[in-house]
Amino acid sequence: MSTTTDTYALPTGTWSVDKVHSNVGFGIDYMAGTFTGTFSDIEAAVTNGVLKGSTRVASVQVKDPNLEAHLQSPEFFDAQRHPELTFESRSIERSADQVKIDGEVTIKGHTEPVTITGVISDPIADPYGGERFGLTLETAVDRDRFGISWNNPLPSGEPALANEVKISVDLQLSKQED
Amino acid sequence: MRVLGISGSLRRDSHNMALLRHAGELIEAQGAEFAVYDGLREVPLYDEDLDAEVPAAAVTEIRAAVREADAVLFATPEYNSSIPGGLKNGIDWLSRPSLTESALRDKPVAVIGASTGVFGAVWAQAELRRVLGATGARVIDDEVAVGRAPEQFDEHGRLDDEHLVDQMRQITGALLAETESGQLAELAA
Repeated sequence: MSTTTDTYALPTGTWSVDKVHSNVGFGIDYMAGTFTGTFSDIEAAVTNGVLKGSTRVASVQVKDPNLEAHLQSPEFFDAQRHPELTFESRSIERSADQVKIDGEVTIKGHTEPVTITGVISDPIADPYGGERFGLTLETAVDRDRFGISWNNPLPSGEPALANEVKISVDLQLSKQED
Repeated sequence: MRVLGISGSLRRDSHNMALLRHAGELIEAQGAEFAVYDGLREVPLYDEDLDAEVPAAAVTEIRAAVREADAVLFATPEYNSSIPGGLKNGIDWLSRPSLTESALRDKPVAVIGASTGVFGAVWAQAELRRVLGATGARVIDDEVAVGRAPEQFDEHGRLDDEHLVDQMRQITGALLAETESGQLAELAA
């Protein structure tokens, strides 16, 4: 692994997330479709080529307040004991606008390696006198590995909820003054 | 630290009540307080029409008892492969009006059980753990299954099988450890 390459895979300096124009979401097969949700309270920053991000479990948004409460309970994310989900990159490779990020994600207190792929845009001048670039990222994790094993059987006996969770992240990161 | 015991069997000479009292002694030996809640038979059948701002006194009482406890230990028999209706009814009241306001939310809980049959209420215990998980409780993933209950207790109403007593020490120890780690996490937050 070459640190020099890693450092320059992302723009140098410090860039922090524009929360209004960024999104962290998840999708998981449930019965005959996909159950989706987002986290409204997110943090993310790129500092000298390292991407770090986190979301507050309490900010999970789905289409029903009871389900939001269920997702925060010990059967799912356990917001009381593990209020944040976090990610930190270990290495980042870039080829043209494609990026591949290896890092570690922590959910419900369990840390697992993860590989993320996505697309990066080069910095542009924004209307507010600053500079920003975009990252669109995707990965999948096995929720069982993080101790999130809730399920209910369908009439066939098959589980209603899949194990694989797709995570999609859209970030706009703006340049911070040094 | 205060642990509340709830028996799913209401019978005066209930094996599950004996089991719960023995568990209580083991809990006290580990330095925590233990009290049995015995108002389950007074709790009315759940009816949303009665689930008002001021519900029946028995409902207020069971909710307060659970809220004031740091952890809850349930002992359940098995009726028709499941948990007794009265116990489920009490839990339904505790879980209302919503998951965010459930008296059981984030509450460390454990389940033990006794039955006159050979299996020791294992299906009822599994069902009860599932129900408690749905109410937002923090469920210890363990069980103590006391089968052939009439043969398992001595004249003082204590289990006389050392292997079962060890299992009881383990599950009560796990419940207290879980409760303590939650209290430490809250202090640190």
